[in-house]
Amino acid sequence: MRVNGKEMTLGNSQSLLQFLEVNLFDVTTLAVARNGEIVPKATYDVVMLDEEDTLEVVRFVGGG
Amino acid sequence: MTDQLVIGGHPFNSRFILGSGKFSLEIVKAVVENGGAEIVTLALRRANLGGEENILDYIPSNIRLLPNTSGARTAEEAVKIARLAREINCGNFIKVEVIRDSKYLFPDNYETIKATEILAKDGFVVMPYMYPDLNVARDLVNAGAAAVMPLAAPIGSNKGLSTRDFIEILVNEIAVPIIVDAGIGRPSQACEAMEMGVDAVMCNTAVATAKNIPLMAKAFGQAIESGRNAYLAGLGRVLTEAEASSPLTGFLED
Repeated sequence: MRVNGKEMTLGNSQSLLQFLEVNLFDVTTLAVARNGEIVPKATYDVVMLDEEDTLEVVRFVGGG
Repeated sequence: MTDQLVIGGHPFNSRFILGSGKFSLEIVKAVVENGGAEIVTLALRRANLGGEENILDYIPSNIRLLPNTSGARTAEEAVKIARLAREINCGNFIKVEVIRDSKYLFPDNYETIKATEILAKDGFVVMPYMYPDLNVARDLVNAGAAAVMPLAAPIGSNKGLSTRDFIEILVNEIAVPIIVDAGIGRPSQACEAMEMGVDAVMCNTAVATAKNIPLMAKAFGQAIESGRNAYLAGLGRVLTEAEASSPLTGFLED
């Protein structure tokens, strides 16, 4: 799996929500695109990840 | 008398829009409060594994967040960034920035119009960063822009109101709020823009590169308010010759 441009091994079957929590992402203040498609936050717990997935996990930072 | 800035039906009492880049999270709150800003811009970037500080923890809860689409080089990328930002549940305001030029960071007006049209139809309050061109501003309004944000000078340059005359044309011709964005370097330049009749000023670098950042935020807040009051008061006329301010009768030697 590719997460924010880096290769990662998914290992066990995981939902997106489980993956984010295990990797200490703050789920409430981020957004995720999976294979280019935005994942609605309400579905994080039912979206099952695949080794072939590409994730973009984004959050707010300072900016003009 | 209430004098509110209204963007997409949302009223604001402050006309100072603060960019949150280039300074540390610890002083964000002080900068926002000192400047009296009610709208703060943010950028969307990749999150890091393992947890990290969150800028949202440092911004007072009454502030309207204005995510930008910085990093977008096309309308399509801007639309994607805007939709990702909305997924974070921080409202539906979006500052559209589409930039292909890395030397001057000038906005691509054509792609900006395209992104504005898509996002306005999708329910966003769209505030496009644009090069001050009257035809483009009209197209942006027709595309559904809630405000237009013409640049004063290149982003981060602190050069001031280089595009003054063209922004003044927008003030005279465009019905949605005109928000001067980018390039303003001094409070006096922000004040001048407000005296001219723009509806708000956005600053980031001018504040962030000051020696005392919270104090400079305060100075900008005051200058913007002062310029607004001067605009509402109506500037006095200009003469080419002198006109005495004191009475010309009753001199002691008469």
